[in-house]
Amino acid sequence: MTGPATLGTAARRGAETKTTMRSTYGRGRAKLQKGLVYGAAFLTFAVLLFLIGYILISGIPHLKSSLFALQYTSENVSMLPAMITTVEMTVLALLLAVPFGLFTAVYLNEYAARGSRLVRVIRITTETLSGIPSIVFGLFGMLFFVTRLHWGYSLLAGAMTLAIMILPLIMRTAEEALMAVPDSFREASFGLGAGRLRTVFRIVLPSAMPGILSGVILGIGRIVGETAALIFTAGTMAQIPGLLQSGRTLAIHMYVLSGEGLHMNEAYATAVVLLVVVLLMNTLSALVAKKLTKK
Amino acid sequence: MKNFWEKLMHGVFFVCALASIFAVVMICIFLFANGIPAIREIGVLDFLTGTKWKPGNDIYGILPMIVGSIYITAGAILIGVPVGLLTAVFMAFYCPQRAYRLLKPCTELLAGIPSIVYGFFGMIVIVPAVREAAALFGADISGSSILSASILLGVMILPTVIGVAESALRAVPQNYYEGAVAMGATHERAVFSVMLPAAKSGVLASIVLGVGRAIGETMAVVMVAGNQPRLTGNVLKGIRTLTANIVQEMGYATGLHREALIATGCVLFVFILLINLTFSVLKRRKDA
Amino acid sequence: MENKIEIRDMNLYYGDFHALHGIDLDIRANEITAFIGPSGCGKSTLLRSLNRMNDLVEGCKITGDITLDGEDIYKDCDVNRLRKRVGMVFQKPNPFPMSIYDNIAYGPRTHGIKSRVRLDEIVETSLRHAAIWEETKDCLKKSALSMSGGQQQRICIARALAADPEVLLMDEPTSALDPISTAKIEDLVLELKKDYTIVMVTHNMQQATRVSDITAFFLLGDMIEVGKTEQLFSMPQDKRTEDYITGRFG
Repeated sequence: MTGPATLGTAARRGAETKTTMRSTYGRGRAKLQKGLVYGAAFLTFAVLLFLIGYILISGIPHLKSSLFALQYTSENVSMLPAMITTVEMTVLALLLAVPFGLFTAVYLNEYAARGSRLVRVIRITTETLSGIPSIVFGLFGMLFFVTRLHWGYSLLAGAMTLAIMILPLIMRTAEEALMAVPDSFREASFGLGAGRLRTVFRIVLPSAMPGILSGVILGIGRIVGETAALIFTAGTMAQIPGLLQSGRTLAIHMYVLSGEGLHMNEAYATAVVLLVVVLLMNTLSALVAKKLTKK
Repeated sequence: MKNFWEKLMHGVFFVCALASIFAVVMICIFLFANGIPAIREIGVLDFLTGTKWKPGNDIYGILPMIVGSIYITAGAILIGVPVGLLTAVFMAFYCPQRAYRLLKPCTELLAGIPSIVYGFFGMIVIVPAVREAAALFGADISGSSILSASILLGVMILPTVIGVAESALRAVPQNYYEGAVAMGATHERAVFSVMLPAAKSGVLASIVLGVGRAIGETMAVVMVAGNQPRLTGNVLKGIRTLTANIVQEMGYATGLHREALIATGCVLFVFILLINLTFSVLKRRKDA
Repeated sequence: MENKIEIRDMNLYYGDFHALHGIDLDIRANEITAFIGPSGCGKSTLLRSLNRMNDLVEGCKITGDITLDGEDIYKDCDVNRLRKRVGMVFQKPNPFPMSIYDNIAYGPRTHGIKSRVRLDEIVETSLRHAAIWEETKDCLKKSALSMSGGQQQRICIARALAADPEVLLMDEPTSALDPISTAKIEDLVLELKKDYTIVMVTHNMQQATRVSDITAFFLLGDMIEVGKTEQLFSMPQDKRTEDYITGRFG
């Protein structure tokens, strides 16, 4: 970092004195820098393209209808139970995380005094939470929900763990959305004699809805792709689970398959499904967010 | 009646806002309450600096895993940061408007791809590639190695580095750039000698955040790093990280073994907390 | 004529900053009172004290009395009731991002009116009152944001009227508008004074002379002078008022 910076400053100082010589030298370096910038950008997007392309091209031929059988057997490692589990898990985790995340954002943005000590503590803990790796969430979920609360490996334990994991994401996106609502809306509503609660639910939240939604959709993407936080909380049973039963989401399903090494084709196919879901979620989130900026 | 609802919901919002504090406190309590006794039983030094991990013989030294995490993270930084930073420069200063609208979501997509998919990709593409490249030089290795993990993690931290660095670069006042160009600097010189240094703490923050992601990554590493708990400096050999240690053995561990794994999680957690702290210090400096 | 609002020895502080010093002022019913003065003189702050919008500002403290029909608005009065009685129109048109109908109906709904028939009626009268019925009657379901700036401001006035206020506070209601829209709003304000007590902050002295009955001149948190508009502009008692209206500063 400091290398090119100090060189650059020296070059500029030089340019003031020995213009001709330095500027040719500078031009050479400028070309190199430009090349590096374009090269790096090309590399980044080429890797992304290659990764998606490779998974899709080698995975799609393995997508067979038998993979969508309702029953998982050791001969036919169907992914349908895992898909249903994923949906259950997502809905449950969102039901837990969205109210908390959204209400936290409402509290911070609409109620709390700015810069109060409590607000600072909440921000620090949220930042901490968003930096914690999923395996640590998994450990915590195992120690607390699975062991201490005796829920066992279960859908509920997994969903609670994921809910804590995506809480900072939901909160931050919701808060950004709330902050983007112009104060003039709030003033107008208060000016008409509406209370804070009515202003929040009738004016602020509806206006912020696209931003909130796009955060929730991103959260769905994270839930669908999560593995490490679920292995020791929801377990790896291949069944459609009830609330207190173990079940495997698509991502776990894929981990188990690729770890066993016996069903690589099915693992490829699962990778395709996972990737497509995540691509879809990202696109959707971006579209929803764009709707916000258009207004 | 109306007032009752106002008060009630104010209370509800307040309680919800405490959730994140509650969660962090609970995580700390449960992790440390379960991990620290094991560390005490094994002995702090034996645990942290022991070079052997043999659960069968009740020997629990996690130095190989600490070193493994550091190696792989360093490798990821070495690969991911230059590419990520330069891409951030591209996004902030070179990318045409029209392309930007397409490429920006792509970098976000890079962050959205699940780590299990990255791991799978590493397993079927990077690991064989490393194996074959080594074979050209007559080395016979499996391919699951520090190098493979570093490459994969290098890709995985790209979106983090790009995202934070780009917004730091964009936060630099435009008139710095104009000032440089007005003095006759080329676009490149203005960008590299004025804008990039001005965004220094943001750029550093992006690297720190990248470190945090790399060190905490689990599934992708497990699938490509080989997972042998050993001390080695050979980048073509396999190694085990802190995260992999937990995932590999937690499924069947009992007693002290299990607690030693939780203690591994504690060590990882402390690493992460330190990284978070560094990050927020850097960010605050940027705000100031 | 009776006093609608009485302000007695009123001081306002933002934290340590003393923003308004000992204001005494009567605002009479069915008249238009204009506040003039250079920016930062406290005229908007005073206006926003009259329906307690300053409650939203952290660290804002008010001493002294402000009464509405004899009731102390900072003591005897529920703030939401107060704001229903004392409506407000803002500097920039700020319709909610919803249909014109829902914008107008927001106030009455807030205060518990649910009957569709009643609401329809209120929406129509308010829009008529704000002289924008003809332009909107065929597109009540359209987003209020699709209208022009001048139309939006009249919708905002209609929205304020729909809450059935007694007093209307207007904070530089035309500063964001073109001259034609401004003229329409001024005509409207003159029309409205039959039914409402109006207090208006304005930057524009011609506007004050055109519409107001009473003008109060503010400078650096003090009320320098108040009087009948034509008197204040033709024979200012205070040197500073004279300097201001003759354009020597501000």
